[in-house]
Amino acid sequence: MNSKENEPKKLTYLNAGHTVKSWLLSVDHKRVGILYLAAMTVFFLIGGVAAGLFRLELATANPDVLDNDTYNKLFTMHGIIMVFFFLIPAVPGVLGNFLVPLMIGAKDVAFPRLNLASWYIYMTGGMCTLAAILLGGVDTGWTFYTPYSSVYADTHVILAGTGVFITGFSSILTGLNFIVTIHKMRAPGMRWLRLPLFIWAQYATSIINVLGTPVLAITLLLVVFERAFGFGIFDPQRGGDPVLYQHLFWFYSHPAVYIMILPGFGVISEVIACFTRKRIYGYEFVAFSSLAIAAIGFFVWGHHMFTSSQSEYAALIFSVLTYLVGIPTAIKIFNWTATLYKGSVELTAPMLYALGFIGLFMIGGLTGIFLATMSINVHLHDTYFVVAHFHYVMVGGMMMAWLSGMHFWWPKMFGKMYNEFWARVGAVIIFFGFNFTFFPQFIAGYMGMPRRYHVYDIAYQPFQMLSTVGAFFMGIGLLISFVTLMSSLLKKENCGRNPWKATGLEWNKADSPPDPHNYPEPVVVDVEAYDYTDERIYQDA
Amino acid sequence: MKAVKNAPDIASSYASDWDALFTYLIVVSVIFTVGICACIVYFAVRYRRRSDADRPEATKDGKLLEILGSVIPFILVMTFFFWGAKQYFDARIPPKDSIEILVTGKQWMWKLQHPNGKREINDLHVPAGVPVKLTMTSEDVIHSFYLPDFRKKMDVLPGKYTQMWFMPEEPGTYNLFCAEYCGTEHSLMVGKLIVLKPQEYQAWLSTRMSDGAAPVVAGDDPVAAGQQIWEMNCAAACHTGKAGSIGPHIEHKFGTMRTLESGEDVLMDENYVRNSLLNPNDDIAKGYAPAMTSFKGQLDNTQIQNVIAYLKSQSETASE
Repeated sequence: MNSKENEPKKLTYLNAGHTVKSWLLSVDHKRVGILYLAAMTVFFLIGGVAAGLFRLELATANPDVLDNDTYNKLFTMHGIIMVFFFLIPAVPGVLGNFLVPLMIGAKDVAFPRLNLASWYIYMTGGMCTLAAILLGGVDTGWTFYTPYSSVYADTHVILAGTGVFITGFSSILTGLNFIVTIHKMRAPGMRWLRLPLFIWAQYATSIINVLGTPVLAITLLLVVFERAFGFGIFDPQRGGDPVLYQHLFWFYSHPAVYIMILPGFGVISEVIACFTRKRIYGYEFVAFSSLAIAAIGFFVWGHHMFTSSQSEYAALIFSVLTYLVGIPTAIKIFNWTATLYKGSVELTAPMLYALGFIGLFMIGGLTGIFLATMSINVHLHDTYFVVAHFHYVMVGGMMMAWLSGMHFWWPKMFGKMYNEFWARVGAVIIFFGFNFTFFPQFIAGYMGMPRRYHVYDIAYQPFQMLSTVGAFFMGIGLLISFVTLMSSLLKKENCGRNPWKATGLEWNKADSPPDPHNYPEPVVVDVEAYDYTDERIYQDA
Repeated sequence: MKAVKNAPDIASSYASDWDALFTYLIVVSVIFTVGICACIVYFAVRYRRRSDADRPEATKDGKLLEILGSVIPFILVMTFFFWGAKQYFDARIPPKDSIEILVTGKQWMWKLQHPNGKREINDLHVPAGVPVKLTMTSEDVIHSFYLPDFRKKMDVLPGKYTQMWFMPEEPGTYNLFCAEYCGTEHSLMVGKLIVLKPQEYQAWLSTRMSDGAAPVVAGDDPVAAGQQIWEMNCAAACHTGKAGSIGPHIEHKFGTMRTLESGEDVLMDENYVRNSLLNPNDDIAKGYAPAMTSFKGQLDNTQIQNVIAYLKSQSETASE
């Protein structure tokens, strides 16, 4: 501090105000992003601790630490917190808020106050759900299947459901905000096909959020009505249909998978372009494949219901459409890999996460193809194979992308560069820990182990034991990454505008950390996206 | 401790067909995964950044990768689709000579009933070499009847019948799991499928229970019990098909198509009979007035199943 006394301190969004109020009432999109980051870290920790506890329990076939109800409440809590309070809002809430205006050359999102309101809505939903947990928990699974949730469960379903219902509105409003921002606030010269792929991904995600989330809200409301007032909607004793619930739930919750993963695709495109110094191969295909996934993703929900008693012919259609949604996803993987060809590849921490993402996400996607195959699904449905599959997509895919993005934009957010060595160590441990945790679950699932089993056949024990050991290493890796990132904040020296020598307005026109109004001078875009042959980006740092 | 298995048992020829498709999927997936990962590793090493002055040329976007990258996966997934769909449909239709077991799921047990009325809980005895059809319903929440060694599973729903079938080939004991989360003791809702030699099964059907009770007591025979309910409730008068009957002809018609007032043709199956007993005005037969009253609250699940068993037994004798 003393050595810098002579320099006038530069105004940034971080030091523009130091009071709690200046944060909690800030309408600066960057501060709202940091608010999301803080809240989400806490939710991630809670969801992770729940997972740690039941993973410990599952190391052996017989009950050791937990009773049946506690086990059921823990996996429910893990699912609800991770899906609705981490995976869905993570990239849009933190990176999206921070980067969407910065990447398109805007001073803020289109509706800054609405943006802050979204965070408060998210927090209100989160508090409801946390209250449900503190009052004794919920035991329905994150899927809230009826009539168990609406009639038989004896836990705090209404409160938890209300929490998820409320949080949904934050997704809808953030989606709306991004759509308008991307349409109306682009800087002069920022044509659609000059947009970074991260923006395309956010745009596709926002459309799903706006169209899909209301359906979840309606569905949860109906569950609450049946439970609280005895409406006969899903309970056959009252003339309802329990399978109707599954249709409504998956109509949102399958597209929600793309809400979670598409923003991750955006992150990966940015990181791979930067650390190969190349334009993403097939930019237009990658951009439009996001929209294709968003559109087709709305018509595949029935693949969660092949054994539910839905019509066999409906199942046939859902199966075909599910394969079709796999094609644009495959294209992305081929294009990212092709981008490496004849590039200048630098294996920084964000790049390690990004390459890990490609491999793990591909396994997640291919096992999704297994599950889209009708007869194969009948055996594997509701087994550990499904658990492994969606963790490869959600953790191997989305969480790796999220960590990649956090490491990539961390210097932009805070102006500090972390210790690259330890960040890489964290990335490698997480990668191997993850595989040890979830790969054995594919085998347990093929062997027929049903999911959500507290007590299980001894034949499955070796796989569960491996999972538990793997989860421990994954936890250590996450801790190393967390400490590495946080300890960088203690550093004095600033990392400069563009430490990675990346393209993009956020790196070339804004300081690190950016000024409260984003850019010191007006922004005009005169280059295509990812033009790594432009010498200007190498001189800015 | 039992020896660790690396695969579920292959308990039927369907299970080995299933494994063949599964193996095909694995082979294709491994080729893609290894191929892409090898490219990534090779490119990362071969094209590693040697100097900060590296300025790679942008590869010109070609259409070839995009076309091949769409067409090849498309052809492959269509092979998965047709194989998987055929296997699925073939495995949905139970053979005509199946024996029928009634399955009732209940938090947290499986209640099973044999054709002669003998009941058991959690353990299911079946004869080898005879296809077994399960007609299933639940008394409370959704359960799912899962036989991993046969690669088959089907959800068991309240208020509705679902069906699955399997072919027990080798005598032995196999796992039976509930696969749909159903509350506190979900993981304890497990049982055993015990496949016996046919003559052993016949002997088992007529043996006394361990407490000395007869295997089947009077009134347990589902067909006789169903007939009694049918006749007591005057259904016999309403639905015989004689001229002037109030209701449509039901007797001896199980398994046939029926035309409704709406003009729609529906199959008279378990769900049709059940729904007609509970909600008679849902599906009015063509040409009849909605005159029947509901049996909701008067007949329990077992009684409804007995009525169905009786109607079924009629059409079986009729077709012979």
